[in-house]
Amino acid sequence: MRDAGLIERAPVLNAITHVLMIAGLLIAAFPIYVVFIASTHDLPTVNRVPMPLWPGDHLVQNYTTVWNKSDFGAKMINSLIVATGVTIGKITLAALTAFSIVFFRYRARMLIFWAIFITLMLPLEVRIVPTYAVAADVAEPLRWLVWLFGFELGIAPINLLNTYTGLILPLVATATGTFLYRQFFLTIPDTLVEAARMDGAGPLRFFREHLIPLSRNNMAALATIMFVYAWNQYLWPLLITTDARMATATMQLQKIVPGPLFGQPPVWNEAMAATLLVMVPPLLVVIFMQGAFVRGLVATDK
Amino acid sequence: MDRRATFSNLWLAGALVAPQILLVVVFFYWPTLQALYWAFSTQPPFGGTNQWVGWQNFQQIFADAVYWNSVRVSIIFAILSTALSIGMALLLALMIDRQLAGHKAYRFVYFWPYAIAAPAVGLAFRFIFAPDAGFVSAINQLAPNLWNPALKGWDAMILIVIANSWKMMAYNFIFFLAALQSIPRGLIEAAAMDGSGVLRRARDIQIPLLAPTLFFLLVINVTESFVDSFGIVDITTGGGPARATDLMVFKIYSDGFKGLDYSMAAAQSIVLMLLVIGLTFVQFRYIEKRVHYA
Amino acid sequence: MADIAIRNVEKSYSKTAVLHGINLEIIDGEFLVILGPSGCGKSTLLRMIAGLEGITRGEIAIGGRVVNALEPRERGCAMVFQNYALYPHMTVGENIGYALKVAGLPKVERERRVAEIAQIVGLEAFLARRPSELSGGQRQRVAMGRAMIREPKVFLFDEPLSNLDAKLRVQMRLEIRRLHQRLKATSVFVTHDQIEAMSLADRIVVMNQGRIEQAGPPRQLYAEPATRFVASFLGAPAMNLLPATIVAKDRARMADGTEIALDPGRFVVEIGQAVEIGIRPEDVMIVWPGSEGAHALEVEFTEDMGSSRLIHTRLGGMEFTVLQPTAQIEAQSTLHINLPENVIHLFDARTGSRLIRAGATIGTLASAAA
Repeated sequence: MRDAGLIERAPVLNAITHVLMIAGLLIAAFPIYVVFIASTHDLPTVNRVPMPLWPGDHLVQNYTTVWNKSDFGAKMINSLIVATGVTIGKITLAALTAFSIVFFRYRARMLIFWAIFITLMLPLEVRIVPTYAVAADVAEPLRWLVWLFGFELGIAPINLLNTYTGLILPLVATATGTFLYRQFFLTIPDTLVEAARMDGAGPLRFFREHLIPLSRNNMAALATIMFVYAWNQYLWPLLITTDARMATATMQLQKIVPGPLFGQPPVWNEAMAATLLVMVPPLLVVIFMQGAFVRGLVATDK
Repeated sequence: MDRRATFSNLWLAGALVAPQILLVVVFFYWPTLQALYWAFSTQPPFGGTNQWVGWQNFQQIFADAVYWNSVRVSIIFAILSTALSIGMALLLALMIDRQLAGHKAYRFVYFWPYAIAAPAVGLAFRFIFAPDAGFVSAINQLAPNLWNPALKGWDAMILIVIANSWKMMAYNFIFFLAALQSIPRGLIEAAAMDGSGVLRRARDIQIPLLAPTLFFLLVINVTESFVDSFGIVDITTGGGPARATDLMVFKIYSDGFKGLDYSMAAAQSIVLMLLVIGLTFVQFRYIEKRVHYA
Repeated sequence: MADIAIRNVEKSYSKTAVLHGINLEIIDGEFLVILGPSGCGKSTLLRMIAGLEGITRGEIAIGGRVVNALEPRERGCAMVFQNYALYPHMTVGENIGYALKVAGLPKVERERRVAEIAQIVGLEAFLARRPSELSGGQRQRVAMGRAMIREPKVFLFDEPLSNLDAKLRVQMRLEIRRLHQRLKATSVFVTHDQIEAMSLADRIVVMNQGRIEQAGPPRQLYAEPATRFVASFLGAPAMNLLPATIVAKDRARMADGTEIALDPGRFVVEIGQAVEIGIRPEDVMIVWPGSEGAHALEVEFTEDMGSSRLIHTRLGGMEFTVLQPTAQIEAQSTLHINLPENVIHLFDARTGSRLIRAGATIGTLASAAA
């Protein structure tokens, strides 16, 4: 921790600094505050221009309406399942892959590393249509692969649309996570590996008893950013769920407000209540895991 | 990445990487190849296998004014929101780094927006900036429709730029602050002993040393604005009015899933992909540059 | 004129006090070394002189002017930092000339001065390089040049040699000494290395736990340590310290019954007082077996230090070392020694302060011979 001990007489500059910091605070917090306030009023009050800045007394009513109206509770649980699944999946795969390419010596490991790393350049948004097609039948690429070796294989189509697997699996591969774990594993001294081997530990035992405990900080950092990332996924769930029972809370926001800007005005108080519900879980993660979250973000800065 | 001590069970090594490789092949490389194939072929109107058509799809999108509009709009969006979010973040980070009373509390709140999902951000701002509710609409009492993102293209653009910048500002802030705090305290003290005050130090010492971070953030922000903006656009403007906010990624989605024209969507995807790849390469250059300094 | 007066200076961070009432006068042109273990507050004191830390209580005056509220740039001090703190994005020339640039000097004048300084510190050939392209010693010189160019009234050095290898450290020590002789600017140098302190200082201030233990010329601190702490901190190999109890005006007894003779004329002690007897390894005399007052010690092992030999033994059950030029002593042999009464230091075991009669002399054999 630094100590701002430097003696400096800059009263004007200090005043400006405080003003700017307060302005920044308003900019960062005001929209969240507005969402909260709007979610506590009845519709006519919310539609007043400008809107009141103090909470109203319809909080419970609005949230109850939203919760029941579109089965929002179930959507929140879906979101939680997906976010947790993606987080666990990413951490597991990242750790296993990095373990293999750092602690084993074989020729293909650089190739594998790059094959995973290059996916950074292929975000979901740019390969969205064909990825959807794959999710509709995951067996298709396998059929092709087998066909390349001269066989015909009659695997029945495997449809992932409207399944948790479909919501989770395509988001689980992780270049940043693998990279982060690789960087961490590279800092483990050779002597530790050698000592473990002298003690008779095999690779899996070494992984479980040394690497996992040592990487706890790393894991927390990765978990926070991945949870936030997964909870906030919008486009992918929007595409592959047509069944309302599989919808996630984040994508549900779109269903709650009628079409953008045109058409009848949205029911703002309920829309804002839903918005706040979607905002809260990742916000809590950031608030309570601030240190890990910041570390995670900055560490994945390639 | 050579270590001296390694394990030798290659079957195990293979088994450990297999799950991720499988996912990467199935959900990344296969769709990319498929996008390439679709981009160079068309589907006959009445079904059947695709026909190879070479560059025809690309010629078609490049001849399309609507496509060029989406390119133009994306670039405007990228420039405005990158400039706004980086500028604000840099200013706030420099202020927080002065460590005046209360800076920790402010810093804490500045992180928050990045935690919030793009569509939630979009919806919140859509309300705040609604023409007939919220706050900004107050100026419509001066003259009707002075502000109306539902009808005016630029108003809609301003709306999505502000919403996106709000979120990215938090992200950029985290990086700027981390970079500022990694500048050795001694450098600031040495500069103070050399006679330079707060602003002079920011100009001569801190901002030059932030250059690599600034560059990195520029690239990331532009990439994100191309790719990650979908959620905000979809829920605030839906690409409108009159395609004024029809960003490239949004157009791919609407052509592909609303228009069901996979070939056109695929061709556009390939263009966007090349843009992202190009930007990522620029970002790799940054790594080399940064190693040089540190 | 740039004398520095430090009056009743205290420093605390929130509730922890790190400096308790420091009083110190630094004379104009003096080379003062502040010596102490890490965490003793020496760097904090230096940084308070520089204006990098606020002063909790008391005042600091430079050249007769109280500087408590002045910014670093207004104090006329220049500082050489422990890790040099060179601006990594500027060339050597820009680093050295930065202060002048901030001061608004015209470019031509600036370049002339930078060239001048570069010549003094021997960096003419490196002006266009970046700090990352320099060796440790060269970086050190840049830091010195950067401090010199402002022609400060006061030079502050914050452990500037601690990052250098042993050989370079000796060389830079000489250069700093030479520089001081040439510039005659008041210099305050902080270090934890007693050899550095002894070789550089006009005067040493030994600090411990936020207090000054003793201040004086190196020779004096070595010969007449005012406290047990100073006695043990200065000198290598370290002084032997033997706990004992006064049993008579001229005798102290250790726990195992070993008795050590004291000169009753030199010390003020009371019967029954707990003391520590200090004797430097080089002051121990080797005598013939059977000499009067001789102690017979078992040699555990010896260390050959080239010009001398360090003999590890035990006296009264305590570790005890003897430094002897060239004597051939074998391990496991018996060593007969004598503790000359005039080189014995005596400290109160409770307070750690020196027990000596006013006007009595204390000295090492070496200083007695001189």
